[in-house]
Amino acid sequence: MTLTRFVRKNTFRNLRRSILTVLSIGFSLLLLTLMMAIWRNFYMSKATEESALRLVTRHKVSLAFTMPSFYREKIRAIPGVAVVLPQNWFGGVYKDDKSGNFFAQFGTDPDDFFNVYKDWKIPEDQLKAWQHDRAGAVVDSKKAQDYGWKIGQKVIVTGTIFPTNLELTIRGIFTAPRPTNSLYFNQKYVEEAVPYMKGQQGFYTILADSPEAVQKIGPAVDEMFRNSPQPTRTETEAAFQLGFLAMLGNVKAFILSICGAVVFAILLVSANTMAMSIRERTREVAVLKTLGFTRGTVLSLFVGEAVMLALVGGIGGSLVAFLFGMAAGKAGGFAGALQVNGPTMLAAWIVAALVGFISAIIPAYNASRLGIVEGLRHIG
Amino acid sequence: MAIPIKYNIRNMRLRKGLTVMTALGIALTVTTAVFIMALLAGLQKAFRSTGNSLNVLVLRKGSTSELTGPFPAENFQTLKTLPGIAKDKSGDPLVSGEITVVIVLPRKDGSGEANVTVRGLMQDGLQLRETVKLADGRWFTPGQREVVVSNSIRKRFIHANVGDSLEFGKGPWKVVGVFDAGGMAYESEVWGDVNQMTSDFDRQGVYSSAYLRATDPAAADALKHRVSDDQRLKLDSMLEPEYYATQTKSGAVIQFIGWLVAAIMAVGSSFAAMNTMYAAVAYRSREIATLRVIGFSRPSILTSFVLEALLLSFLGAIVGIILMLPFNGMTTGTQNQVTFSEVVFGLQMTPGVVAAAIIFALFMGLFGGIFPAWHASRREILAALRD
Repeated sequence: MTLTRFVRKNTFRNLRRSILTVLSIGFSLLLLTLMMAIWRNFYMSKATEESALRLVTRHKVSLAFTMPSFYREKIRAIPGVAVVLPQNWFGGVYKDDKSGNFFAQFGTDPDDFFNVYKDWKIPEDQLKAWQHDRAGAVVDSKKAQDYGWKIGQKVIVTGTIFPTNLELTIRGIFTAPRPTNSLYFNQKYVEEAVPYMKGQQGFYTILADSPEAVQKIGPAVDEMFRNSPQPTRTETEAAFQLGFLAMLGNVKAFILSICGAVVFAILLVSANTMAMSIRERTREVAVLKTLGFTRGTVLSLFVGEAVMLALVGGIGGSLVAFLFGMAAGKAGGFAGALQVNGPTMLAAWIVAALVGFISAIIPAYNASRLGIVEGLRHIG
Repeated sequence: MAIPIKYNIRNMRLRKGLTVMTALGIALTVTTAVFIMALLAGLQKAFRSTGNSLNVLVLRKGSTSELTGPFPAENFQTLKTLPGIAKDKSGDPLVSGEITVVIVLPRKDGSGEANVTVRGLMQDGLQLRETVKLADGRWFTPGQREVVVSNSIRKRFIHANVGDSLEFGKGPWKVVGVFDAGGMAYESEVWGDVNQMTSDFDRQGVYSSAYLRATDPAAADALKHRVSDDQRLKLDSMLEPEYYATQTKSGAVIQFIGWLVAAIMAVGSSFAAMNTMYAAVAYRSREIATLRVIGFSRPSILTSFVLEALLLSFLGAIVGIILMLPFNGMTTGTQNQVTFSEVVFGLQMTPGVVAAAIIFALFMGLFGGIFPAWHASRREILAALRD
């Protein structure tokens, strides 16, 4: 019997206890994996190549303030800027004010929209149809699927910020790399209905012509409007989106404290199990030592057992997290941040193995130091 | 006959290490649950306790918050003359036409920026909110570029102390005072003179909202209908507490994530508790058989072990609650989903939260203990004695 086989046999000899321990560690690591995935997706992921080229300019005070439409031409004149796209939050209500019916609607310029979002796909004929219909709209394929919207369907959105309602016709359905859950329409519609919005824009999305230009454009735009009545604030698209996340609260501290609690909890569970099984086997340890096994071997036997248990739990938990993340990824929006990738799962396994190691080292060390006679005399 | 509870307590003391570790595991889960419930309780307090039920809030028809959609200032003149409005000190109607805008301020802790609501109000606006007290400095003077900030704004943002200047709109605003709103939604606002604000934000001739003080509850109700039903005004009105109650949904994200986390941790801890209880049963199989021989029935063995599991989880709950106590009252912020600005609230470990945490832990104990206890009560006496 090889040592690995011995460890394996021992790990599962009290099957019920092993299963309960694995389940307990598995659930905790499921949570840990999800938390690490959120962290990675929010704070460590590199923006896609296309997204890294985009910047957002808003009014310096906040998004609630508008900027004049002529800013578009001025920004376009800055070297390195390829396209400038105005966008406006409409904030209307679809059907009723239930959270299930909440989605973002933006008024924009159909002629340049897909020149900025080059990574978003829409059939050419649908794009043409949208550009030709002032009351037309394009919608995310996920949203269209959720509501069962078809091309040509009428959608009515009730205004809450603006005193007008939108009666839109779906002209196109686009697919974005990550579901956006949003609807886009021609801002001219709102400008005609709401006089005070004429010549005003909510924010601008800028497409840079090269990654090098991105860093120069931001300061250049803000410098240009510094002393105007409407100063601006320009940041990368990724930073702009992180800004929304920061408003939810101190997300970093929240995730870190949960991770801490979870790691500590699995440490306790694992240590508990190992303490129980080592205590039961005091006499066996003495027998092993009588047979000539060294202290080191005894130590590694127990540590190996703990690591194995924790790893089984860790692998199981992270696999469930992976499936969970896949399902959440389909839902889009913030839930997409739950998507788990390979390195995150590997990190979870390393944490599991480490926790197993640390939890067993003290009881295993004590067991390995036990005197043979004393051990044999032990009543379990 | 029931087995005395002392038997369980002594047994738990015997296996100290095991008891402490299992209880700590449960305690961590309880801590997480308490944290989330306390957050939600604080958030609810911020919205539920805001507003005087004699104050009638007027908004443009179709608008869902003070932020969305102004109405013409002429309408305010009409509102002032409506019947049922109380009088202020100088004998004029106690009303305030107000403007609310959202600005971005840098946080003190370096975690970026947050949206903050700025409210421009008339002098009567302060009298309409008599529960808001001045904590430091003085109130703003009409016609001056002066603001007062709430206590938590002072704590959380840069340049928000008395004597500092906040930079927004068309230039600096002098901070002349700090007010204490006692955990209400106003705790997240900056206040200044309405006329200064409208010109600074280019909103002349409009108000975001109007507050009217009714003479009594019946008048408040009448006033509310009178405003909403007037087709010429195109305005909507509601009682102030009603308006803030709708904003509690801002906690939905925290609530969802929080409960998901707590539920997953609870399942994990239940399995750990089950493990401990199975071990307890296994160690004591001869003891249990002896108890049976003496004459204790199967149900009393079952109850005894379930009780032991409950005791274990209760211990965990107490430790968990004690671990969370230092965080009680800690303030944090989240985004108000109606006004899109930050709402500041404190962690509130109310008696309800504590009770819910204990019940939560007892459920974990029950789930973890019931199977091992069942197992213990079903053992054959002879087989167990021979072990």
